[in-house]
Amino acid sequence: MLHLILFAIFGGICAGAALNMVVQKHPINSALSLIVVMVSLAMLYMLLGAEFVAAVQIIVYAGAIMVLFVFVIMLLNAGEEEHTKGSRVAMIFGFPSLIIGAGVLVYTLVLKGGNTVSLAIGQFHGRAEDISDLLFKNFLLPFEVTSVLILIAIIGAVLLAQKGGAE
Amino acid sequence: MVPLALYLVLSAFLFACGVCGFLIKRNIISIFMSIELMLNAVNLTFVAYAAFWQKLSGHIFVFFVMVVAAAEAAVGLAIIIAIFRTRETLNVDRVNLLKL
Repeated sequence: MLHLILFAIFGGICAGAALNMVVQKHPINSALSLIVVMVSLAMLYMLLGAEFVAAVQIIVYAGAIMVLFVFVIMLLNAGEEEHTKGSRVAMIFGFPSLIIGAGVLVYTLVLKGGNTVSLAIGQFHGRAEDISDLLFKNFLLPFEVTSVLILIAIIGAVLLAQKGGAE
Repeated sequence: MVPLALYLVLSAFLFACGVCGFLIKRNIISIFMSIELMLNAVNLTFVAYAAFWQKLSGHIFVFFVMVVAAAEAAVGLAIIIAIFRTRETLNVDRVNLLKL
């Protein structure tokens, strides 16, 4: 019961903030809504027993990545979005097909996901100890490859953002 | 006790919000944030299934998604700054050439 109440609270906040992010015109409001989404998602991870992932979600996503976004929005002085007229075909076909696509996605997930199975608090723990054991033994090669990826990304970001570095 | 399907439905809703934002937003930074929302929706599915199967591999995949998201944010925002420097705009309708 407690799990359901907490899921309703944080899932509701999450869904509302995600909708707000799409509706808002100003990028800074969208960014702040996205931070709310990420923090409430971290709470949902906590409910699912993924304590370490929840901590990393808050530190990396809500901390580092969103600070970068807010920083760039303020640096570039991004104002209200200019509204450009979209094509009528996109309006007529786009949204119904989006709703149909989301419906198919939900239907498939509910049908294949075992809708009778329930998850309870404390049933499963993603402790840092077990995760690091798995990460540094079974997934060592992907881990090393991602470190190279991060290094390339850092070099690329510095190269692109420096003055006159793009040409 | 919460059925697994509820988590999956929430995840699908977040993903749909991300797709919707990606399609209707005109500001390049907002489009970027919609992509982040989609990645987060996928992460929620991974964690829900990890709890369902009682396997930790799902959590590892979440880490890799986060790493890719961080790399993508760093490079993408650098590209946005480079575009803004030459074009003085963030509207994607005015950015119609790959060339800077």
